[in-house]
Amino acid sequence: MLKNTRTNGLLKTSYRVFGLQNVHPLKFYSSSAAATAVKKIADNISLETHTDIQAAAREQAEERSSAGNDSASNGVGGFTAPNALKHAYQENTGFGTRPIYLDMQATTPTDPRVLDTMLKFYTGLYGNPHSNTHAYGWETNKEIETAREHVAKLINADPKEIVFTSGATESNNMVVKGIARFYKKTKNHIITTRTEHKCVLEAARAMINEGFEVTFLNVNEDGLIDLEDLKKNIRPETCLISVMAVNNEIGVMQPIKEIGEICRKNKIFFHTDAAQAYGKVPLDVDKMNIDLMSISSHKIYGPKGIGALYVRRRPRVRLDPLLSGGGQERGLRSGTLAPPLVAGFGEAARLMKQEYDADVAHITRLSKKLMDNLLALEHTTLNGSSKHRYPGCVNVSFAYVEGESLLMALRDIALSSGSACTSASLEPSYVLHALGKDDALAHSSIRFGIGRFTTEDEVDYVIKAIVERVKYLRELSPLWEMVQEGIDLNSIKWSGH
Amino acid sequence: MSAAPSRGQVLNLYKQFIKNANQFNNYNFKEYFLRRSRESFRANSKIQDPVELAKVYRDAQFDLAVLKRQSIISQLYTFDKLVVEPVAEK
Ligand SMILES: Cc1ncc(COP(=O)(O)O)c(C=O)c1O
Repeated sequence: MLKNTRTNGLLKTSYRVFGLQNVHPLKFYSSSAAATAVKKIADNISLETHTDIQAAAREQAEERSSAGNDSASNGVGGFTAPNALKHAYQENTGFGTRPIYLDMQATTPTDPRVLDTMLKFYTGLYGNPHSNTHAYGWETNKEIETAREHVAKLINADPKEIVFTSGATESNNMVVKGIARFYKKTKNHIITTRTEHKCVLEAARAMINEGFEVTFLNVNEDGLIDLEDLKKNIRPETCLISVMAVNNEIGVMQPIKEIGEICRKNKIFFHTDAAQAYGKVPLDVDKMNIDLMSISSHKIYGPKGIGALYVRRRPRVRLDPLLSGGGQERGLRSGTLAPPLVAGFGEAARLMKQEYDADVAHITRLSKKLMDNLLALEHTTLNGSSKHRYPGCVNVSFAYVEGESLLMALRDIALSSGSACTSASLEPSYVLHALGKDDALAHSSIRFGIGRFTTEDEVDYVIKAIVERVKYLRELSPLWEMVQEGIDLNSIKWSGH
Repeated sequence: MSAAPSRGQVLNLYKQFIKNANQFNNYNFKEYFLRRSRESFRANSKIQDPVELAKVYRDAQFDLAVLKRQSIISQLYTFDKLVVEPVAEK
């Protein structure tokens, strides 16, 4: 009790500095004071951070002028090199140079309201939340518990069931390895799917080396698993079923509630990787019988390097921890928590709940506009189910266009091709392969990620840019020429590439 | 419990939201806070219950403080303009 009142007293003092308690906020932040403070800095120091697209544009201009000298010899089929480059990267004079960000599945921008919550931990609240002998520890500990409540509330969980980790990768590893190791005396089988994120697939493969058997379920052409297939693959030795909620490449949503029912009926733990789903689609751990859930903060406009694992308490789910140490986080994840990241994550979760309706309406509207316009192009297909999907992820295949060259041509838009996972490799996406797409189509896929901060102007720009450049690249493609002439490409024998 | 705000007070608060949102240097944040300010003030204009109105007004003042701090930070750490943003010739 004494601890509580003292903590409150301290927090009140620290908040007063921000002008949130007794001082009227409007008065404290008299706008003129704020304006002069900014003006002083803005006038004296240049803090502009340049994107490397500026260097790229300069390089390109040089390349172009040198290429222009012998354009006659370069002229192939009417397209000279400088001409091709001009089409590939359009410069709009009078506009900025930084690309539009449309890669929300990779990560999202940090919400300014999240940063606002985090900053006080870098300026004053630096106590170790596990120090329980003094106020510095109590004040950060209180903020961490508040964050835990926000994270839990979004999925209808109890705050005690939330374990903070470094991200979804760690959470996924914790589950796949931890559950398997805890129950290894009696069970030796894990079920997952072929379209999971690499960290689940690799963790499962690691367990094969420890003597486990793993079933990788197939998906249909929509990217969905077959529930009958799932039931058939359940064995008495199955200890874990792990199916992701929303796929990171194609945005397809698996039937989580139905899978949860099957798992509960067979008394098997059900884990879902909800990195792309948490806060974006309705999730309820009780209604959906979810026993474990991986969550990532940087996919919901929170800071990077933090995430959580939901671990059900009733009926109790037990797992071997990956890390040995001081026994923090119910002994499941030892190590000092990072209060700035935890509090930022908590605020991000709170905002996902508060802004849910507005976000869904905005993202759905922009997604529909983008999809309608892109699919109006001929020989263009949407990858994954058109019904069971999260609208913020649109994956489209442009036949007869090489995805990588389209991306190269789209330097003014930050996008990712289907094979985004390990972006260094040019391997076609295993997810699209699992859907039965051939190499060529998998290679010509691009993923568009729309989020809270995407604007309609950006979507309009992207539609125009993509339509123009797909048409242009197709004109260069001999395959496209054959298609236009009505030649059936399947009748041609290709030599290996 | 604070009393329900007057029409003038709400209008003044709305103007402050728009003004501070406009001060964001970051295009996406600026557009977002402009859009959300308009949307939420419009939605909240339907509230009749004075107790609820007082609460919404108090919460909005908290949000405004955040907006003021963050619009300053957005001006401290700036980046190139986006390809959809017009830049004034220097
Ligand atoms: C489905 C899925 N799982 C896991 C991860 C990894 O998350 P984190 O970056 O938090 O480790 C990602 C993000 O890349 C993801 O999309």
